[in-house]
Amino acid sequence: MASVSAAESTPVVGSPEVTVECVDVCKTYRQGDLEVVGLDHVSLTIEKGEFVSLSAPSGGGKTTLLNTIGGLDPPDSGRITVAGTRVDGLGKAERARLRLEKIGFVFQAYNLIPVLTARENVEFVMQVQGVATATRRDRASAVLAQVGLDGLGDRRPTQMSGGQQQRVAVARAIASEPAIVLADEPTANLDSSSSQQLMELFVELNESLGSTFVIATHDLQVMGYTRRQVRLLDGRIVGDGPPETASHS
Amino acid sequence: MRSLLAFAWLNVQLAWRNLWRNYRRTLIMLAAIVLGAWSMIFMASLARGMVTQMVRDGLRALPGHVQIHHPEYREDPTVVNSMPPLSSELRSSLESESVVAWTSRVRVPAVITSERDTRGVTLVGIDPERERLLSFVADDLAEGRFLEGSDDKGLIVGRKLLERLETDLGKRVVVMSQDPENDVAERGFRIVGVFDSDLAVFEEGFVFAGEAIVQQMLRIGEQASEIAIIGDDYRDAERLAADVAVAAGGELQVEPWMELDPMLQTMMGLLDAFILVFVVIIFMALSFGLVNTLVMAVFERTREIGLMLALGVAPRSIVAQVIVECVLLLLVGLAVGNLLAWLTVSALSDGIDISMVAEGMADYGVGSVITPRLGLRDLAIANLTVLILGFLASLSPALRASRLEPVKALSES
Ligand SMILES: Nc1ncnc2c1ncn2[C@@H]1O[C@H](COP(=O)(O)OP(=O)(O)OP(=O)(O)O)[C@@H](O)[C@H]1O
Ligand SMILES: [Mg+2]
Repeated sequence: MASVSAAESTPVVGSPEVTVECVDVCKTYRQGDLEVVGLDHVSLTIEKGEFVSLSAPSGGGKTTLLNTIGGLDPPDSGRITVAGTRVDGLGKAERARLRLEKIGFVFQAYNLIPVLTARENVEFVMQVQGVATATRRDRASAVLAQVGLDGLGDRRPTQMSGGQQQRVAVARAIASEPAIVLADEPTANLDSSSSQQLMELFVELNESLGSTFVIATHDLQVMGYTRRQVRLLDGRIVGDGPPETASHS
Repeated sequence: MRSLLAFAWLNVQLAWRNLWRNYRRTLIMLAAIVLGAWSMIFMASLARGMVTQMVRDGLRALPGHVQIHHPEYREDPTVVNSMPPLSSELRSSLESESVVAWTSRVRVPAVITSERDTRGVTLVGIDPERERLLSFVADDLAEGRFLEGSDDKGLIVGRKLLERLETDLGKRVVVMSQDPENDVAERGFRIVGVFDSDLAVFEEGFVFAGEAIVQQMLRIGEQASEIAIIGDDYRDAERLAADVAVAAGGELQVEPWMELDPMLQTMMGLLDAFILVFVVIIFMALSFGLVNTLVMAVFERTREIGLMLALGVAPRSIVAQVIVECVLLLLVGLAVGNLLAWLTVSALSDGIDISMVAEGMADYGVGSVITPRLGLRDLAIANLTVLILGFLASLSPALRASRLEPVKALSES
């Protein structure tokens, strides 16, 4: 990154403050003869420590954008850089590696491996990364405490509530200290009080640890917790700024 | 390296727990594997026991791991083709350490006549002291006494022959053969002993007399028809034969039992193939259930496999998980199956009497009692074959699992 020619380099690329940069990202899905726009020339920069919500009506492209940034789905064109690594053009195995090393994921549901306990789920990514046992243990304990699941480490997912399961997922996502945590509608399956608690947890982690979060949601209440709201419509960015609905003080 | 080990351990842990998620299906599959493993190993040990018995019987009936003859004797086993008395060199080689026992025999075709009947037999002149060490006649003597020396004037016959001749222990018979000049050589014997044998041909076709007496009767001085040698292990017969051949010089023919009775040798070779085929067939039957179990297991876990892939787990590690799961299942099944087979074989260590169901078998050189034998080699063949084939069978579901699209698999409902 340091040796990029002056003409091509933009001031922010490669800067340690920039975690995600998307430039002109396009993605089209083909359903038979039909072409569906996923992303339409999306350009976006997310800096380290930001807490961003991604809002759009259903089908607006939230998941598509998160998946292209997270290396789950390659874009058709455009440039994506995550923590200094170009994501577009990476092969399958390289994308898997990127996901493992740089990105924390929280999905809407089915986040946890059913045969592993909460603690083992939190350790899972670190274990695959090859983190030494002792370090892993300590880290898992610390993170479980941070998400407020102190005594529940030995429970299996089926022995926990939906909110608790999502907390475990958040714990796993931050445990390996990724460059960014991508959460795709993490509260969609939760009741409103669990959903509130989870958002408060995100806020707290963002403030205390400086973790970078991007949370896709179409829930106004959820957006209210974030500090920046990126609005998508039909795969295009139609708004970027402080959240419109300030229901949260 | 350590992280690789930790990762392998993680896969084993995951696989093991996943196995017991649907414990009923796993138990059913396990039962099938146990039954399969048990039957392969038990069948193999039965077959092995049978063939070992045949080889042993065959060796004892010949008998000897190695035999020395006049070069023409095997083509034309008559008195004309007798060997001269032992050279001192050969004798000292027979006294060497690798030889456990040896004996010389006169062995010629003859006719035996009782008051009632006449039958063709093989007359064997033996040195009872030496013969005792390698032949079965002494052990299997059912009635009367064994010969007491090379110049014992008695005759030992098989029970079947005794019945055919309608004679009895203590009665006299006449044995007739030819001397080297083609003159009739005959002699009267008293039947002093009767032997039983698993081999009908043997019981009916062989009579034993003192070697010196037979030499006298045939007017051949100290010549013999064959020298039979036993070494430490019948499987080492070829080496023993080679050693002895050096001492015997070019005049004599020295052969290990594999050449004397190629049939036995072929049987042993066939047995290995038979066991392998049997193991493969049973595995085939198992493999349908096994592959089905794995396909189901992978199908049920589509979403969590998608999750793991999404989190950045390498596809080959998903492959490993499914294979490990299959191998674990097989290992548990094999362990129990092996144990059961071992218990069964131990319980049957006195042999299974098959005379009820297989009366005719004796005519083919198979004893009427089969003692199953658990050979390490057969165990290895069965277990390794199952593991290797199981590994191969798990490849397809494993690869299928690893090729799931994480995004699609995750959103599967
Ligand atoms: N795998 C796919 N195949 C075909 N079309 C797809 C696929 N994934 C997404 N799309 C389409 O791309 C567009 C954007 O979808 P996306 O899932 O990103 O929207 P979203 O904002 O996440 O919606 P939701 O709120 O329903 O999750 C939609 O029109 C959708 O139908
Ligand atoms: Mg979505």
